[in-house]
Amino acid sequence: MFGLSKADTRLFLIVIGLTLFAPFILNPFPEGSELAQFNAGYPDLMQRFLIFGIFAIGFNILFGLTGYLSFGHAAFLGVGSYAGVWMFKLLGMNVLPAILLSMLVAGLFSVLVGYISLRRSGIYFSILTLAFAQMSFSLAYSVLTPITGGETGLQLSANDPRIFGQSITDAGTIPVPSLFGLEMRDSFQLDVGAWLFTFNAGYYLCAVFMVLAFYLSIRIFRSPFGMMLRAVKSNQQRMTYTGLNPKPYTLAAFVISGMYAGLAGGLMVAMDPLAGAERMFWTASGEVVLMAILGGVGTLIGPVLGAGFIKYMENIVSKINDNILHQWFSFLPDGLEDVVVAIIYPFIGKGWHLTLGIMFMLVVIFLPGGLVEGGQRIGGWIGRRFGKGGSSAEAAAKPDAKSSPAE
Amino acid sequence: MDAFILQILNGLDKGSAYALIALGLTLIFGTLGVVNFAHGALFMLGAFCAVVLSRILSIAHVTVDPTRTDFLGNPLKVSTPYVHEWFGPEAGQTLIEWSVPLAILFSIPIMVAVGFAMERGLIKYFYKRPHADQILVTFGLAIVLQEVIKYFFGANPIPTPAPDALVGSFDFGALLGFDPGTIIYPYWRLIYFMFAAAVIAAVFAFLQFTTFGMVVRAGMADRETVGLLGINIDRRFTIMFAIAACVAGMAGVMYTPINSPNYHMGMDFLVLSFVVVVVGGMGSLPGAVFAGFLLGVLESFASMPAITTVIPGINQVIIYLVAIVILLTRPRGLMGRKGVMEE
Amino acid sequence: MGILEVKGVNKRFGGLQALGDVNLSVKENTVHAIIGPNGAGKSTLLNCLVGKLIPDTGSVTFDGQSVLGRKPHEINQMGISRVFQTPEIFADLTVLENVLIPCFARRDGAFRMHAIEQVRHEAELVEQAETMLADVNMLGKRDFHAGSLSRGDKRRLEMAMCLVQQPRLLLLDEPTAGMARADTNNTIDLLKEIKAKRDITMAIIEHDMHVVFSLADRITVLAQGTPLVEDTPEKIKGHPKVREAYLGEHQ
Repeated sequence: MFGLSKADTRLFLIVIGLTLFAPFILNPFPEGSELAQFNAGYPDLMQRFLIFGIFAIGFNILFGLTGYLSFGHAAFLGVGSYAGVWMFKLLGMNVLPAILLSMLVAGLFSVLVGYISLRRSGIYFSILTLAFAQMSFSLAYSVLTPITGGETGLQLSANDPRIFGQSITDAGTIPVPSLFGLEMRDSFQLDVGAWLFTFNAGYYLCAVFMVLAFYLSIRIFRSPFGMMLRAVKSNQQRMTYTGLNPKPYTLAAFVISGMYAGLAGGLMVAMDPLAGAERMFWTASGEVVLMAILGGVGTLIGPVLGAGFIKYMENIVSKINDNILHQWFSFLPDGLEDVVVAIIYPFIGKGWHLTLGIMFMLVVIFLPGGLVEGGQRIGGWIGRRFGKGGSSAEAAAKPDAKSSPAE
Repeated sequence: MDAFILQILNGLDKGSAYALIALGLTLIFGTLGVVNFAHGALFMLGAFCAVVLSRILSIAHVTVDPTRTDFLGNPLKVSTPYVHEWFGPEAGQTLIEWSVPLAILFSIPIMVAVGFAMERGLIKYFYKRPHADQILVTFGLAIVLQEVIKYFFGANPIPTPAPDALVGSFDFGALLGFDPGTIIYPYWRLIYFMFAAAVIAAVFAFLQFTTFGMVVRAGMADRETVGLLGINIDRRFTIMFAIAACVAGMAGVMYTPINSPNYHMGMDFLVLSFVVVVVGGMGSLPGAVFAGFLLGVLESFASMPAITTVIPGINQVIIYLVAIVILLTRPRGLMGRKGVMEE
Repeated sequence: MGILEVKGVNKRFGGLQALGDVNLSVKENTVHAIIGPNGAGKSTLLNCLVGKLIPDTGSVTFDGQSVLGRKPHEINQMGISRVFQTPEIFADLTVLENVLIPCFARRDGAFRMHAIEQVRHEAELVEQAETMLADVNMLGKRDFHAGSLSRGDKRRLEMAMCLVQQPRLLLLDEPTAGMARADTNNTIDLLKEIKAKRDITMAIIEHDMHVVFSLADRITVLAQGTPLVEDTPEKIKGHPKVREAYLGEHQ
């Protein structure tokens, strides 16, 4: 189906299903229960899962396939965000032109950066991309303030022209982003007993783009183009002596992944029409590197998992404080309870970055395939332990990794 | 002319910090062939050595002085640092004040231990892995180190002043025959520069004049051959890593009075230091030092009002711009040897 | 007129004259060996042929067209393939993909953006690659990781990757360097087999006299960057100049 192999189709359908039913899946705990704080099914966070998922998929097309490690990818996301907000300011509040222009501008910018940076490889390429991103950040922060809003960021105002819309609504407020009248913040809430599920228009717009982005990434991975990109990573010398020119292949991959970042930036402002320079800071570029590698670089689904994992930690795990921990472990004797809490506390709550750093190191050292490979190994172990049935079930759950030639 | 000299002086202290970090990075890259993204974290650890020492020296016990009362009328609680008791109030106070310079001595064993543990515990497993893996694992380590520091010391910068005797400025203008007050330069920055020069000279002398240094230089030039000669190069490389960690740590200690240390200062310096290393030429020690000072001074010139009015924002991007131009026109950097990481 | 014509080629590295006035003509459908002691300029000459180095003076023409100033991938597209001293393959890819890549390169040129088409739908090319693999007795290993192959298999795979492009000239850079006798003989057999099956011109740079005399139709002896003699293997064997150049190295 969809021109994909059987395993890929299955993976694709799973991803569609997961995004479609995420409002249910991410809200497994009833409202008001003690575990409700682990619910991630609110629109803001779900949107972020998908947006950073798209960002990480794009990064993976570059790093996963060609092996070129960019440390400046956030610049494209930032540029895309600015372009999107400017569309809102000048044209009107429809999100489609904003998103399209975000991709276009990020694409053009990545042609420029890629053309120059790709003249070098290895660590020099990383440093060049880093330098470009830091330059963009510094300029956006200072000199380009008329375009970027500088330190306060680029915001909508009641004085914007919005030629195809209204500068200000009849109620006297600034209009909100919408898709042909469907406002992005519109939500439908479903009460089922103790559970509350929220279906948000913005989320489903992101979902459509994310599914498309994921589909395109499968096609690219399985295409002759994708094969050439893996050849770039494997042996550039052999490639040139096989009559192939690696430069345009890497540049194309760079621009595609830059456009993915632009799409993510466009969606970000479509959800919340505000763009700031901090989105381009190099730590933001570092974050997408973490996402892709933690999830499993070079695998199809890994980067999405990594993005979800990191955003979940950032937004949910980081909120656990020592009071909650004490509650959890109150069944232990007093002294022991304190000890256990003291041991765990540094790693969660505000210390989630520490856990992330440690996990990241462990993945780089022991699991080059990231969480996806970890899942496979556990699956394989269960399979060997409990007979053949377990193994084939696991293979079905992680079809991408089994059949991914990038492994 | 006086403005010119002032800018050079202003660039020197930042340039010193760049040069020291870049020197350590280059030592590690040149000897071990490892791209160490955790080097900025070592700089940060050094800075926190100074914080720790000043806290240790300030450990006090509280006594109640019944003869005096506080503003609520209760007996006044007086906290007396132990060093005051042991060495007398004056000597004790001096000790506390001089905690930053003292922290250099304090940091050496700590940084050597950290460097040793890092190399033996992690880095040595990455000699044969691709540079991208090295970047990633050390990047992860840098995150871990800075989070640990954040856990213990919080997220806010911790002011760590220089000794009172060294606070204040030196009037270069008077010395050089300009009007007094035109070229004023804080003592501590001057000390930082001289300290950096001394450390750099020491490292070069060590590599140049000791047998150990000779072997290491030979190893930097051709690792395999040196290995074939039956010299245990690995052990020496471990020591080099510890030395590089030490250099970064001392650079951090001395930088604390200029910038109050915080947990992410390492990352801030790391990005620029990498640019410095690349501009100087991967694996070239003189290149790293020269590029460090060059970029520091360039940055300071670019922030002159006369220049920023002509090209606004140039002070923000000058370093990156120089790096991009140099990387594209002179792939091995200013002083890089042929064939080192030339791709 | 040979398929490959090298005329008056000079190449200097600083004070060292690596190649001095080299003239060489490789006739179509022959195996032409270039031999010479270490430092004779064999590798420099080869690099001038594939575009890695540009000679200071002189001309190199392939099939009447100059190759000078062209990039390596353009020269390959003209019909020159190269086998390296240590096999250069795509170690991270499967054996089949290794052979598919040259198939695509041959059909689509140096760059084509086909990001939506799927590799497995290109039945014609897949079949072509599989036929090639069968030809070198490697079809059974088509899904293996190329990096996990034995050295001999890597050599076979590299040959297959070059041959599937149907080059008119195959350049071999010391294909048996560092090999044990048995492996060397296997390689000789493989090359003989390849030669027997198709019309192909080969230029071999080689150190090992055994290999050269087993395969070559013509031999050029290079010494200190200049061709000493060019003749048939029989005549070369007894040539006094060659004995002189190889004194102490004769095998």
